[in-house]
Amino acid sequence: MKTRGLIDIAELSTEEIDVMMDVAEDIIAHPQAYSELCKGKKLATLFYEPSTRTRLSFESAMLDLGGSVIGFSEASSASVSKGESVADTARVIECYADIIAMRHPKEGAPLVAQMNVDIPVINAGDGGHNHPTQTLTDLFTIKREIGHMDHLVIGCCGDLKFGRTVHSLVTAMSRYPGVKFIFISPEELRIPEHVRSEVLDAKNIPYMETTSLEDVIGELDILYMTRVQKERFFNEADYLRLRDSYILTPEKLISAKKDMRILHPLPRVNEISVAVDSDDRAAYFRQVTNGKIIRMALFLKLLGITK
Amino acid sequence: MIIGSIRDGIVIDHIPAGRGMELYSYLKLGQLDCEVALIKNAESGKCGKKDIIKIGAPIDINLDILGYIDPKITVNLIRDGKRAEKLHPALPDTITHLIRCKNPRCITSCEQELPHVFRLTDREHQVYRCLYCDTKAEK
Repeated sequence: MKTRGLIDIAELSTEEIDVMMDVAEDIIAHPQAYSELCKGKKLATLFYEPSTRTRLSFESAMLDLGGSVIGFSEASSASVSKGESVADTARVIECYADIIAMRHPKEGAPLVAQMNVDIPVINAGDGGHNHPTQTLTDLFTIKREIGHMDHLVIGCCGDLKFGRTVHSLVTAMSRYPGVKFIFISPEELRIPEHVRSEVLDAKNIPYMETTSLEDVIGELDILYMTRVQKERFFNEADYLRLRDSYILTPEKLISAKKDMRILHPLPRVNEISVAVDSDDRAAYFRQVTNGKIIRMALFLKLLGITK
Repeated sequence: MIIGSIRDGIVIDHIPAGRGMELYSYLKLGQLDCEVALIKNAESGKCGKKDIIKIGAPIDINLDILGYIDPKITVNLIRDGKRAEKLHPALPDTITHLIRCKNPRCITSCEQELPHVFRLTDREHQVYRCLYCDTKAEK
């Protein structure tokens, strides 16, 4: 591999993540000081499948740093529809841009791009595999909302089988001391065996699994809600049966801690009642802002730019 | 059963019983012009039964493949009818083009030119995962 981008959250050390979160805090405190740091730099957003919110987050982050943006937002408008390989597309884009953010339905595509270019490639989601900037967003939100990363009880609720954001969050949070996980899901959507054995059991991290949100909500410092995604199911009947398994309502929040925080990678469908939005514990829209800020910090890191 | 001894060549020993044919195929021994003998289910003091492959010529052997099949396999290099060297293949850090990723969502499923690379992620349990999508290799 030629240059370092960000393909998998595991590539970042805890210290590197801490430094990025410090930079992100400074961006929030002094946005003007960062507004022209990427002047003359160009981000290419190569989105082979639509993901408007992630693309806009990347693009806003670069624009707020004074840089510019090129790219495409679906495969049909790209050369891939003519049969061009990911490697060739990346090599061509390298001639125009300083950094690439790539979303691709095939797992490993951003890694292939990174192996073929000298500019940093950021994985903006590759199928059901990795989405490291979502994980950075989640970590930064936890840091901002709670103030620390250690000794937290983290509840993950909903689709824990196909939800890649949960797998990455568990991997990333397992680095911090005193963390405990509670996994809340229907039997069919349990956290996969490889996450339990290779991350949790391997590091002796305590966790429990349950099917009842009400039974455990009072213990949680963080409640990470996920959507049951239709595209992950082969069978429509299974999707419809499980879709409404866990819906967070103000009534369920009565027994939750006053300083618990609710996170969600968005978009939500109906797993969080709209009535919860006005609760101070609902952090998911603040999470969106944090996503843009931490991506700004990531651009600066990967481009080697300091204030 | 009597299989003649080799003057110059290679004996691959301690192959797990039943996996000799797989190794024969991986090493493309069917393409060789020299004598090749595959012995299945030979008696073994150490492991009960084992497979053995004898090759009647000093060819280059890909030790990574042997290490992946089983690091307990041994390779004896025979010169002038005697064992000149005994090699113990190690578990390779990566294996390329030996196994194919079966994940239909992996980039290798649609870009045919890409090398199929698996990396060792758990030495203790000998777990290999696809470089691109992290799918576990099935032995």
